[in-house]
Amino acid sequence: MSTSIGKRELDDAGRALLQRASGGRGQFEDLVIVPIFAVIAALVLGALVMLATGVDIGTIGKSFVALGKGSVGSLNAISETLTSAIPLILAGLGLGLGFRAGLFNIGAEGQIVMGGLAAAIFAFSFPGLPAILLIPLSLLAGAIAGAIYAGFAGVLKATTGAHEVITTIMLNLSSFLILIWALKQPYVQVAGRSDPISKSVPEAGQLPRLLDWIDPNLRVHAGLFVMLIMVAFIWWLLFRSKIGFAFRASGENPDAARYAGMKSGLIIVAAMGTAGALAGLGGASQVLGVLERASPGFSAGIGFDAIALALLGRSHPVGILLAGLLFGGLEAGGRQMQVDAGVSIDLIGIIQALIIVFIAAPLLVRAIFPWGFRKDKEGGAA
Amino acid sequence: MSNVTINTAGAEQVASTSDRRARITGVILLLLSALVLFALDVAPGEVATFRLTTVRDAVQLPDLVVPGGFNTIVAALLAFIGVRQFLRGGGKWSTLSIGGGLFLVVLAFLVWADAGKSFNLTGMLQATMVRAVPIALGGLAGVLSERVAVVNIAIEGMLLAGAFTGALVGSLIGSWVGLFAAVAIGGMFGMMLAALVVTFRMDQIIAGVVINLFVLGLTSYVTSQVFASNRWMNNAEVFRAWKIPLLSDIPVLGPVLFQQNIFVYGALILVGVATYYLFHTKGGLRARAVGEHPRAADTLGVDVYWTRYFHVTLAGMVAGFGGAWFTLGSVGRFDENMTNGKGFIGLAAMIFGRWHPVGALSAALIFGFADSLQQKLALLNTPIPSEFLAMAPYIATIIVVAGLIGKARPPAADGQPYVKE
Repeated sequence: MSTSIGKRELDDAGRALLQRASGGRGQFEDLVIVPIFAVIAALVLGALVMLATGVDIGTIGKSFVALGKGSVGSLNAISETLTSAIPLILAGLGLGLGFRAGLFNIGAEGQIVMGGLAAAIFAFSFPGLPAILLIPLSLLAGAIAGAIYAGFAGVLKATTGAHEVITTIMLNLSSFLILIWALKQPYVQVAGRSDPISKSVPEAGQLPRLLDWIDPNLRVHAGLFVMLIMVAFIWWLLFRSKIGFAFRASGENPDAARYAGMKSGLIIVAAMGTAGALAGLGGASQVLGVLERASPGFSAGIGFDAIALALLGRSHPVGILLAGLLFGGLEAGGRQMQVDAGVSIDLIGIIQALIIVFIAAPLLVRAIFPWGFRKDKEGGAA
Repeated sequence: MSNVTINTAGAEQVASTSDRRARITGVILLLLSALVLFALDVAPGEVATFRLTTVRDAVQLPDLVVPGGFNTIVAALLAFIGVRQFLRGGGKWSTLSIGGGLFLVVLAFLVWADAGKSFNLTGMLQATMVRAVPIALGGLAGVLSERVAVVNIAIEGMLLAGAFTGALVGSLIGSWVGLFAAVAIGGMFGMMLAALVVTFRMDQIIAGVVINLFVLGLTSYVTSQVFASNRWMNNAEVFRAWKIPLLSDIPVLGPVLFQQNIFVYGALILVGVATYYLFHTKGGLRARAVGEHPRAADTLGVDVYWTRYFHVTLAGMVAGFGGAWFTLGSVGRFDENMTNGKGFIGLAAMIFGRWHPVGALSAALIFGFADSLQQKLALLNTPIPSEFLAMAPYIATIIVVAGLIGKARPPAADGQPYVKE
């Protein structure tokens, strides 16, 4: 950003990036119509999958009703939707930020594991601290652990060019083993248990439940505010701050960014670190707010769903927020569906994957729903 | 050595890089030597006993008894290679020394873990071979698609789809039909990946991630929705080991190579065929040209799109075959997410094996060895946590990708979509 020419080039780069992130021409179509059609198409295909596995029409109808009821149908449903959405959105924000910076970080799962583990260990290590200190510090421990774990891949990429997709996959696989090992250490493991499971987070370290004055079963917790603050912060960071500009510029055109005097290596490490911190925060909020301890597999694929989330939300914080609410709703509704209609919650995984296919290949959606879009050349609405 | 005589600036730089590498190698070897000397120290009086044959074998071999002094010798040997590398190494010797050095460390480790005890070496090697199969086939699928410049993250999903189809069709109709169906479904997902990335020009990694998510969702859904109440649909007959007459009676080698099921034989044959195809036929040359420089290949009349479709589909079929191993080759029953990251390890094996079928197989054998060693370690009661050993392949892959020991170079156009002009 040393010269005005460089700055203009970068503005162009930024615009091009935004355009690419929003799928090119027809902002409205791409940002609104494609996702809506994608969700509808995925739900229809989900119904077809149910039909193919011998679920009768009545039950399919019932399961969609349950899906709606379980996601937004009651206060408890909304609470469950928000609870599921919190770690998803936090991790998704990190991944989206990485995508903006041109980094395909698949490692959110591992970063969540590390963040959750660190938060749990920190929280039970200092049971004497008051909640006002213990909660933020535990969250911070989670964020730092996630940042370090992701930063590792960032440093490797910056110094040796090792592709982050491969290194983060390997770090994911390693993190599960590290988790199991750590949970078996005498300091971490609950006394008297032989299976790997951590000590519980003390009362003061748990994120307070927001609605337990209405009904103690409502699980939505203060992590909601952490998540909302992070959405705003990442929006500011990406679109209003200098470093966010550097992230976006080096994501769009690393060469131009380098010529403009940006330190590409530093940017990679910073972007990976921030992404890891967010994923770590997601893991920490899940452990401190919902699970209250770390156990094997507590990450439950949140980091992989978050990839889908970041794609669906077009790597934009607000988009990720909305996509996260959708996925959280699907998750919560899926549990209701399993109870009410006896349809396995794994159906939600299929629907989520289909949504992403349609989002990531807009050509496909246009081919299926030609009437929803302007014709490219003629420009008239069909 | 000879690099003193080189005088151009570029060559000097190359020479100094190679010198630097030789020094790094030397230091690593010296550290390994210290590791063996101090951490894997075995009292000279103690012996490690390795059983080579079981009572059922036709030819009986005496147990291999290794005295504890062996590790001291290994440490000395490592120190010697290390010093030699540090002072005057370079060129091809660096890689060879590291390879040989690591091999020695593994031997020393086995002796240390086994000191004062006795364990079945042949059994472990046999397990190594079996565990390497899905990784090798996954790696081979990776080689086939990345050689035509399509990054294949979807191997995991293809393995899972193959495992699922093998179990389902194998239970409904029969194992052979199940095997063919698994191959066909794998091919179908390969073709789907090709369609997404070649025709719809979707990002290759996103396409792979999506296929993985989709297959995981679909197979888990059917498992809990249908299989849970219909056990008979998920109970296929397993392919038993075929003993090859005469060859299977060879001690050690026989059980490892010639008393296995068709998946082991299939993997070995496929690796051989793929190597011949890729490096000794016209089709293979064209495929590699598409991976290195699609524009040039196109100019010379190679149909880039078709080549990519064909090879990615082929890769899917190989992965489908590998997937069937999980069900038809071992337990006959499908469980949710039973591949458990093996496809990603296959991807690692491909990188480790430098995008070569034989390399991928060798890497898969190393990973399989680490895997079966980890199982054995739990039985031998060593102080090393088995998790760390299980992590070794991942860390090794990171080291290779980072180019700390030798640079692995992917096909030049890897991951880039090709737009015909």
